[in-house]
Amino acid sequence: MSRPSKAYIAGAYEHPTRHAVDISVAQLHADVAKGALADAGLTKDDVDGYFCAGDAPGLGGLSMAEYMGLKLRYTDTTETGGSSYVIHLGHAAEAIAAGKCSVALITLAGRPKMASAGATRNYGDDTPDGGFEVPFSPTIVNNYAMAAMRHCHEFGTTSEQLAWVKVAASQHAQHNKHAVRQEVVTVEDVLHSPMIADPLHRLDCCVISDGGGALVVVSPEIAKSLGDRGVKLLGQGEAVKHLNGGKIDLTYTGAVFSGPKAFEEANLTPADMDCAMIYDSFTITVLMTLEDLGFCEKGQGGRFVADGNLISGVGKLPFNTDGGGLCNNHPTNRGGMTKVIEAVRQLRGEAHPKVQVPDCTLALAHGTGGQIGTRMGSATVILGRNDA
Amino acid sequence: MSQSERSYPQPPVTVETQPFWDGAAAGKLLLKRCRDCGETHYYPRALCPFCFSGETEWYEASGQGRIYTYSVMRRVPAPYVIAFVTLAEGVSMMTNIVDCDPDTVAIGQDVQLTFRETEGGYALPVFAPVTA
Repeated sequence: MSRPSKAYIAGAYEHPTRHAVDISVAQLHADVAKGALADAGLTKDDVDGYFCAGDAPGLGGLSMAEYMGLKLRYTDTTETGGSSYVIHLGHAAEAIAAGKCSVALITLAGRPKMASAGATRNYGDDTPDGGFEVPFSPTIVNNYAMAAMRHCHEFGTTSEQLAWVKVAASQHAQHNKHAVRQEVVTVEDVLHSPMIADPLHRLDCCVISDGGGALVVVSPEIAKSLGDRGVKLLGQGEAVKHLNGGKIDLTYTGAVFSGPKAFEEANLTPADMDCAMIYDSFTITVLMTLEDLGFCEKGQGGRFVADGNLISGVGKLPFNTDGGGLCNNHPTNRGGMTKVIEAVRQLRGEAHPKVQVPDCTLALAHGTGGQIGTRMGSATVILGRNDA
Repeated sequence: MSQSERSYPQPPVTVETQPFWDGAAAGKLLLKRCRDCGETHYYPRALCPFCFSGETEWYEASGQGRIYTYSVMRRVPAPYVIAFVTLAEGVSMMTNIVDCDPDTVAIGQDVQLTFRETEGGYALPVFAPVTA
C-alpha cells in the first residue's frame, strides 16, 4: 500500500559532538546542514528553502543563509523553542506542496554547556509575563516540576513510574556510542539521585549537551529521483498552549491539540505506531505527552510507562531508541530535531541493531518547546517508511 | 526562615504594569477585571485576553488563595518554594510560598498574601500558609 505524502525527509544528520569546545555555533549549523545534504545525496546548491529558529546566530535565517552560501526563495524562522523544528517540518511540506520551494533545509545547533543549567530564563524586559514570573525564580526544572506535582496529585502518578521513563532511555543509550550518559540505570538509581525540584530527581532531568542536527525535506518527485531511502511525512499538527489568562490547567500539554491533527492528516491512530520519539526534557514530559497523544487514557501515563513498556524489544511502545534527551543528546536545550532524526533512523532500518524495531513502518515524533508549567509550543509528526 | 531566604530578582516593569507594582508598594495585590465580559484575568493586561475588550480595570484582590501546585527548588544555596496559587477571585498566579518549612507545603493548602522586597526595592506579592 502507498499512503499519500506531500513531502519526504530525504536527509537527516545528528552531529556527533556533545561538547563543542572548538566549533562555533555557525559552523555547527553548517556542519549538520552538510551532513544532512550528503545523507540525501544533494548539495547546498540544491537548497531553495531554509528553516531555522532562535538558536541560529544572526537575524532570522539571514546570517546562516549567507554563511552557508544558500540561494533561497523561501525561508521560515518560526520560533517555538525545542518544538520549532517539528513545526518547520510541517511548514516545509506545505511550502513544497504549494510550489514555494522544492528542497528545504532545517538546522538546529548550539553550545549550551557554557551556560548555567539553573539560570532563570529571560526573554527580555518587554516580555509581558516577565514581571509576574522572574522575581519568583522559575527555572526550567521547577517549572516542569510544578506540572509533575499536579499530575501526581490528580492521578496518583508516582516517582517510581516517572523513573521508568529514564530507565527505558538508559537501556537504549547503552548502545549509542555518542550518548552523553551510556550507563544503564534502575528505578532505584533514579529515586536515590539528588532531588532537584520536587518531585523531579537529577535522573528525571535530561542532559545538557552541545551539538545539533539537520533535516532535508523534498518534494515526492525529488525523493523518487534520490532512491528509496526517503521517509514520508504523513501528517503533522502544531499548537500553542499557555496559562489562559490565569485559568490554568497544568495536567495536559499542547500535544492534546497537535496529536489529533497529525493523526487525522495521516489517517492513522496511536495504535498504528511502531515506535514513538517523544521530547523528554524531563521524565514527566514524556509521561504527559504520551497521554495527550492518546497512547493511553489521561491519568494512566504512570501505569503505561512502568515495567519497561517503553523499552525496545521489551515493551509495547519503543520510545527514544537513541537514548533521547535524557541520556543521549539535547543540543542547545532543544529536543524536537533529534526526535525526528531517530524516527528517520528507525524507518530506514538504520537504528542500532539492539534497539531497531523489526519491520518499523510507522513512527511518531513529538517536540515540546518552552515549558509545560507555563507556555509551550507542541508539534507532532507521523512518519512512514518509503513503502508505507 | 527569613534569614536564610534567597534574594528576589527585580521584576521587569512596563508602563502597562506599573500600577500593579505601585499597588504592591501600598500592600495591595491588584488584579484586572474586564468591564465588558466581567472576567478577571492574570497577569494584568490592557486588553482582556478572553473578549479582547480594552475596557479593563484594576481592583484589589482579597489576598486569600489555595495552592494549585508547587515545587521546592533544592539544589540552590537557599532552597525556595515556587507555586501557582489559585486566588479567591478565580485566577491562578505564579508566586513563592514563604514563612514555612518547605517540607510542609501541600497542594490544596490555604494561603494568605504577604510581601517580600525584591532587588531594586519592589514589593513582591508572595503567600504564606494560613495558620489555624
